[in-house]
Amino acid sequence: MMKLTINGKVTAVDVDPAMPILWVVREKLGLTGTKFGCGMALCGACTVHLDGRPVRSCSTPIAEAEGKAITTIEGVAGPEGELSKVQQAWISEQVPQCGYCQSGQIMAATALLRDNPSPSDADIDAAMAGNLCRCGTYVRIRRAIKVAAGLEPAKGAPQTGSAQA
Amino acid sequence: MNEIAKPAQRSRAAKWSRRGFIGAGVLAGGTLLIGVAVRPGNPVGKLGSLVAGGQGEQLINSWLKIDADNIVTAIVPHCEMGQGAHSVLAQMLADELDADWSLVRVMQAPADGSYVVTDTIRGFVAQGTLGAPDWLEPTWNGLFTRIGRLADGMITGGSSSVRTTGQHTMRIAGAAARQMLVGAAARAWGVPAAEITTAGSVLSHKASGRSAPYARFAAAAAEEDMPQTPALKAPGDYRLMGTDAPRTDIPAKVNGTASFGIDAVVTGQTMTYAAVRRAPVPGTRVAKMDASAAKAMPGVLQILNMGDFLAVVADSYWQAQQALNAITAEYTAPESSIRSSQDQFARFSAALDEAGEAGGKEVIALGDAKGAMAGAARKISADYQVPYLAHAPLEPMNATVWVRDGKCEIWTSTQVPLMARSAAAKALDISADDVTMHHPLLGGGFGRRLEVDYVIMAARIGQATGYPVKMIWSREEDTQKGLFRCADMSRFTGGLDARGRLVAYNNVFTQRNDPADACDCAFYDIPNKSIRVAEAELHLPFAAFRSVDHSQQAFFIESFIDEAAQAAGRDPLEFRLAMLGQSPRHKAVLEKAAAMAGWSTRPAAGRGRGIALTESFGTIVAEVVEVDMSSGKPRATNVWCAADPGFAMNPDGFRNQMEGGIVFGLTAALYGEISLRDGAVEQGNFHDYKLLRMDECPAIAVEIINGKHEKLGGAGEPGLPPVAPALANAIFAATAKRIRALPISKHFA
Ligand code: FES
Ligand code: FES
Repeated sequence: MMKLTINGKVTAVDVDPAMPILWVVREKLGLTGTKFGCGMALCGACTVHLDGRPVRSCSTPIAEAEGKAITTIEGVAGPEGELSKVQQAWISEQVPQCGYCQSGQIMAATALLRDNPSPSDADIDAAMAGNLCRCGTYVRIRRAIKVAAGLEPAKGAPQTGSAQA
Repeated sequence: MNEIAKPAQRSRAAKWSRRGFIGAGVLAGGTLLIGVAVRPGNPVGKLGSLVAGGQGEQLINSWLKIDADNIVTAIVPHCEMGQGAHSVLAQMLADELDADWSLVRVMQAPADGSYVVTDTIRGFVAQGTLGAPDWLEPTWNGLFTRIGRLADGMITGGSSSVRTTGQHTMRIAGAAARQMLVGAAARAWGVPAAEITTAGSVLSHKASGRSAPYARFAAAAAEEDMPQTPALKAPGDYRLMGTDAPRTDIPAKVNGTASFGIDAVVTGQTMTYAAVRRAPVPGTRVAKMDASAAKAMPGVLQILNMGDFLAVVADSYWQAQQALNAITAEYTAPESSIRSSQDQFARFSAALDEAGEAGGKEVIALGDAKGAMAGAARKISADYQVPYLAHAPLEPMNATVWVRDGKCEIWTSTQVPLMARSAAAKALDISADDVTMHHPLLGGGFGRRLEVDYVIMAARIGQATGYPVKMIWSREEDTQKGLFRCADMSRFTGGLDARGRLVAYNNVFTQRNDPADACDCAFYDIPNKSIRVAEAELHLPFAAFRSVDHSQQAFFIESFIDEAAQAAGRDPLEFRLAMLGQSPRHKAVLEKAAAMAGWSTRPAAGRGRGIALTESFGTIVAEVVEVDMSSGKPRATNVWCAADPGFAMNPDGFRNQMEGGIVFGLTAALYGEISLRDGAVEQGNFHDYKLLRMDECPAIAVEIINGKHEKLGGAGEPGLPPVAPALANAIFAATAKRIRALPISKHFA
C-alpha cells in the first residue's frame, strides 16, 4: 500500500511503485481529467503538479509521488468549485477546441504564473513549449495567460457558459 | 453548392412533411428533411427513452426538449471534436426559438437512425464535397430512393455542421417549437397567436400583460399541430446568430470534467485494459509470436493473437503495454513492392510521365489548352510533391466495449457513431440494434475518426474477453498503423502570353479524393486549362484529412501561380488580382489579407512575405505569411488571414477555427512527414513526427468579411489550405529559394 496526497486528500493505493502517476490517477483513482497523449513526456497532456512543480505524469513513477502533494486538474478550482484565475481566463478567451490538451495546458500555465506572475512572451514560450495542442489554440493560450496575469484585459466574453447537459 | 431549402427573407421552409417518420430520416419531395415529432402518442417510444432525462421534461421534437426549469436542451446530431459544432448548432436553434442562451444546454444525440444527418450526406454526394466513405458508395446512384441504406449517415465532417444541419434542421426545429409554444399560449390565454411575442424563453402578451416561461406551455405545445412551414428569421431579426455566444462545452474543458472516449467507465464493472500491436506493413499478418515472457507479467489477463494484430488485456493499461512490449513476433511478407518513400514517389513520377501533356483522366478541360500552350510567349513548368501525413489527434484511437449475451455496448470517440455501430455489429455478426453506442467528446478528429478500424478491433477483443475492456492505442501505434493523408505529386506547365498573362494551364497529379473541385482554381480567370489525374498506387491506406484534397492541392496550385507571377515579373498580389475580374468576393478577400499584412511595405531584412488564396468548403480564405530567415531556418512570425464564409454564425468560434487550421497547416508545411522503410512507417511519436509548438507559433490575425450571404461556408477546414503555399512563397520572397516538396524543414536541415 502506498499513501498518496491527491488534491489535498490522503488516499492509499496498492499498485506497482513503477506505475506512472498518470495511470494511477486515471484508472485507480478515477481522476480522468489528466490525459494520455504520448507516454514519452513529449506532449504535456498528462501534466500534474508534484508539490506545485509541473511534471509529466506519464513518465513519472508513482513512487516519486510518495510523501509529496499531487495536484491534478480536478484540484485546481477552490473547494466550492470556484475557478482559478487561469481557468477563468481560459473561459473568457474561449481557448479550448477539442479540449483534450487543455488540462495539461492549464496545469503548465498555473505553475508558470505561480513562479512568475508577470511572464513575458519568451517566458510563456519557454514554460509552454512542452505542451502540444493539435487543434492549434496556442494564440489563445498565450492571451489567456496574459489575462490571468492581469497583463491584458479579458476579452469580455461572459464567464458563465452553460454546461453540457 | 447545396441549394436545398435556403432560408430566404422570412421564408417558408417548404414541404416539411408532418408524416415524417422516425427511423431512417425523412425526405419530402427531395427538398428538405428533418427529424420530426416525438411526442406522447407518437410511435417513438424507443427514441423518447434514449433522449428523455429528468422529470417533467417535454420533448417538443426530436431536436430539442424543454424541462420544468425552463431549460432548453438542443439535441445535436453532430459530434463535438473541437470545432464548436455542439454550441453553434444550439445557438442557431436557440435563436429561432427566442431562447435565453444562459438557459440552453446541449445534448449529444444518441446513435439512433432518427438522427441520420441525411442533409450532410446529400451535401457530400450532391456536391461531392467530401469523399463519401466506402459504405456510402453503393448508394451513390438512386440515393434518394434508397434512403434506408443511409441509416449509418450520422456523420460529422466536411465542415458541414452549420451549413447543413444548422440551416436545415436546427433552425427549423427551433422555429417550429417556438410557433407551437405560441399556439399553445394563445389557446390558453384566448388571444390571437399574432399578438404573442417571444424573447428570452418567455412568452408575452402585451395587451393583457400576461407572460409565462416556455416551460409552462411545453406540454401543451407538444399537442399543437406541427407547423408545416415554420417561419425562419431574416438576418435583421437574428439575436444570437452572428454573435460570439460563449461555447457551451468550454466550462467542462477547464476543470477536468469533460468526458472523452478514452475516459469511459463501465459503471459497476471492473475495468480491464488492452494494448494492441498491428502488423507493421499494411496487409501483413502475424506469422509467429512468442508471448512466454509476457504471460508471466503482473496484471496480465489475456494474450490474444487476432491474426492481423496482437492484444494484451491486463488490469491496467500500463501493464498491458509493458507485457505487449515483451512479446516478440514475426509477420508475413508484404505484397506491395513499395518499400520506401522513394519507391512511392517513383510510382508517382512514372504515372505522371506516362500521362504526359494529355493523358490520364480528364477533370477539367477549358478552352484550348494545347493550342494556347503552343502559342505562348513563355512556358514554365514545375513538379511539386507532398508526403503522407498522420492525423495525430491528441487523444489516441481507443474504444471501450462490453460484449455479452449477443449484445454489445461501445464507448468511443467517433465522427460516425452509426457507422461504428453497424461495423461493430458486422464484426460480431449481430444486429446493429443489439449494439448500443456511447459517443462522448472527441479529443480531435481531423478526418481520422471518420474511420472505424479501431472500433472493429475493440469489438473483436471484447468478443474474446466477454468482459468490459478498454483498448487504447499507444502513440506509436496511432502514428504508424492507421490511415493517412495520401502522398501525392503534381506536375504543371503554364503558358504566358506576351503581356505576362497566364493563358495556358496544364496540370496532372496522382491522387483525387474530395472535394471534386479541389484541384481547380476556378476563381482565377485562366482561359485555357487541362487538368487531369493519373492515378498511381498508394502504399498506405487513405483517410480524409482536415481539408482533404485541398491540403495538398492548395500547395501545388498556389505555389505554381506564384511561380507564374515570378516568370511574368509581376508582384504576386498584383498578378493574382489581375486574374480575379470575375470573382469580386475573392478579390475582396485577397485585398483584405494584403492590407492587413501591409503588403505594400517592405519587410525587415532577412524576412519575406508570401500570399495565397483558396476557396474550400464554401469559404474563401486568403493568407499572408511573414517568415524570418535570419537564422538560416524558416520561422513564421505572422499570419494574416481574411475569410469570407458568407456569414459567420459565431464569429469568435469561426476565428478560433481559422487559427487552428493555420497552426495545423503550418505543422504540415514545416514538419509533417510520414515516410516508409521496409514498407513500414518510420515515425513513431512526437519527437520524430513533430507538431508545431507554442514557441514556434506565429502571431495570427483573422478578419471575417461578413456579407450576410444565405449560402454559408464551413469553418473547420478552410483556414488550413492557404498557409503552406503562403509560407513557401514567403520563403521564396526572402531567399529566392523555391520549395517544391514538403515538408519545408527538410530543405533547411
Ligand atoms: S502523455 Fe505525458 S507528455 Fe504526453
Ligand atoms: S484543444 Fe484539442 S489538442 Fe488542444
